[in-house]
Amino acid sequence: MADPASLVERAGELAGNADTLAHNLTLFARQLTTAQTAPAVAETPFVFELTVFVLAVFVGYYVVWRVTPALHSPLMSVTNAISSVIIVGALIAAGPLGVSLAKVMGFVAVTLAAVNIFGGFIVTQRMLQMFQRKR
Amino acid sequence: MSESLSAFFYLIASICFIMALRGLSSPETARTGNLYGIAGMVIAVVTTLLSPHVVSFWLIILGILIGGAIGTVIALRIQMTALPQLVAAFHSLVGLAAVCVAAAAFSFPESYGIGVRGSIHRGSLVEMSLGMAIGAITFTGSVVAFGKLQGLVSGRPLVFPGQHLINVALGALLILLIALFVSTEGAPVFVLLLAASLALGFLLILPIGGADMPVVISMLNSYSGWAAAGIGFTLSNSLLIITGALVGSSGAILSYIMCRGMNRSIVNVILGGFGTEGGTVAAGAGIGDRVVKSGSAEDAAFIMKNASSVIVVPGYGMAVAQAQHALREMADMLKKDGVNVRYAIHPVAGRMPGHMNVLLAEANVPYDEVFELDEINRDFASTDVAFVIGANDITNPAAKTDHSSPIYGMPVLDVDHAKTVLFVKRSMASGYAGVENELFYRDNTMMLFGDAKKMCEEIVKALE
Repeated sequence: MADPASLVERAGELAGNADTLAHNLTLFARQLTTAQTAPAVAETPFVFELTVFVLAVFVGYYVVWRVTPALHSPLMSVTNAISSVIIVGALIAAGPLGVSLAKVMGFVAVTLAAVNIFGGFIVTQRMLQMFQRKR
Repeated sequence: MSESLSAFFYLIASICFIMALRGLSSPETARTGNLYGIAGMVIAVVTTLLSPHVVSFWLIILGILIGGAIGTVIALRIQMTALPQLVAAFHSLVGLAAVCVAAAAFSFPESYGIGVRGSIHRGSLVEMSLGMAIGAITFTGSVVAFGKLQGLVSGRPLVFPGQHLINVALGALLILLIALFVSTEGAPVFVLLLAASLALGFLLILPIGGADMPVVISMLNSYSGWAAAGIGFTLSNSLLIITGALVGSSGAILSYIMCRGMNRSIVNVILGGFGTEGGTVAAGAGIGDRVVKSGSAEDAAFIMKNASSVIVVPGYGMAVAQAQHALREMADMLKKDGVNVRYAIHPVAGRMPGHMNVLLAEANVPYDEVFELDEINRDFASTDVAFVIGANDITNPAAKTDHSSPIYGMPVLDVDHAKTVLFVKRSMASGYAGVENELFYRDNTMMLFGDAKKMCEEIVKALE
């Protein structure tokens, strides 16, 4: 059994250690959050998005070269229809409650894209229905 | 719907779009492909509507109803001959929609999680301004292309001095404004950038002549894709990025194929000023003193009836005269008499890629009678009659022999190898390139002067 004096001394020492540990932990946590928020939002997605973009360009390249020249007109109208997927951005702009410039812009974009989506797919279908084999 | 679940559905939509393009590799799979495209779009829209960002629906429903109704009516009513201008008009809408979305993202960035007004992430600003600029260029460029195709603006190339200098200056200004916008985030700069882009799109397409429209339309198709991708980067939405990239590369490939079909570089086409838009009689020596053999519909009917094979070469003139149905009737009569009838399509015939194929398909010509240049060009040598209807430059042998000709090097259909060449034309006017066609004066050529549709109908009567 140690004497009370040395016990108090050791308890004090331990408390000090715990304090530094806590301090270090806070610092570490802060580092972790900054590491997670800053680069994850500002840098990593761009490289990731660029990767997706470049790969999609390659996919498009190989798929489109396989399209038969006879169907180049439907290709134009269907690509036109699917590029109206920009409506996704427009829906988010038109989505919030209340009225704002952004919402009006979103509404206009939704309408324009809808013309394209309906018009593009229908005219493509009309064209494709005409292509038929020798009877 | 959670973020990762949305991302998953966006992935499915992307795959649907790829399948839609994949289906177009043959007419048999193309219709299924289009259904994939529609499915992809429905998935994309529904997924977005279920996301937590969208809480107010009435404006959205109104927009989809109005837009959908307009689009449906237009698509059901449009004549197939008016397809090029329809596609141009649709491209302009994508461009304008991209501008609107960029403006919405700028004025209320919180919806898209790209920062708050006044301190939007720098990367997002770059992407936003690029998407907006490309969208605006697509918009005005397509409006001009639409005007030219619809005949509202002269199809002639409009050239004025200092044009290219102005375009280069505008391009430089654009880059400067983007840099300024990214550093200041000012609304006036945004508006200036929009104005400069609109002007550039307008000026870029103005000098390009009517028959170069296949390249222009493909190019604008490509731009609309890049604009969508730019917006996709701004919103960090991989579906938009993937679709934009698909459409962008598709348009770029089509532009390349069209340029190759004319043996001209894309730069040469964009610089414009080429061609005369037909109508003018070629000013060349010896027009008056050279003899052209002209014949009647009866002569043509007699020649073709006694042939064993006929290759039809359609051009823009057939589209203008709406002659495809009469032409198919004529072909049917000939086939009944045991004549082998086929069609040869030049890549740049008409005003958009694949224009002739669609018109022939509309007239119920089976697609296995229609051949591309490479597939059929050798067969002209063993064919009795080449029936050229509304085409000119794409048959001109000068492209193969005359080094000084503006169309030298352009791949042409070897109609001059056929035993007899019949030309259905309204007059002796030269084609778009303004080059005289040597073929008209050959001994084995017979000119059938008149409207393409009327001529076919008269031939049908003579065949009966």
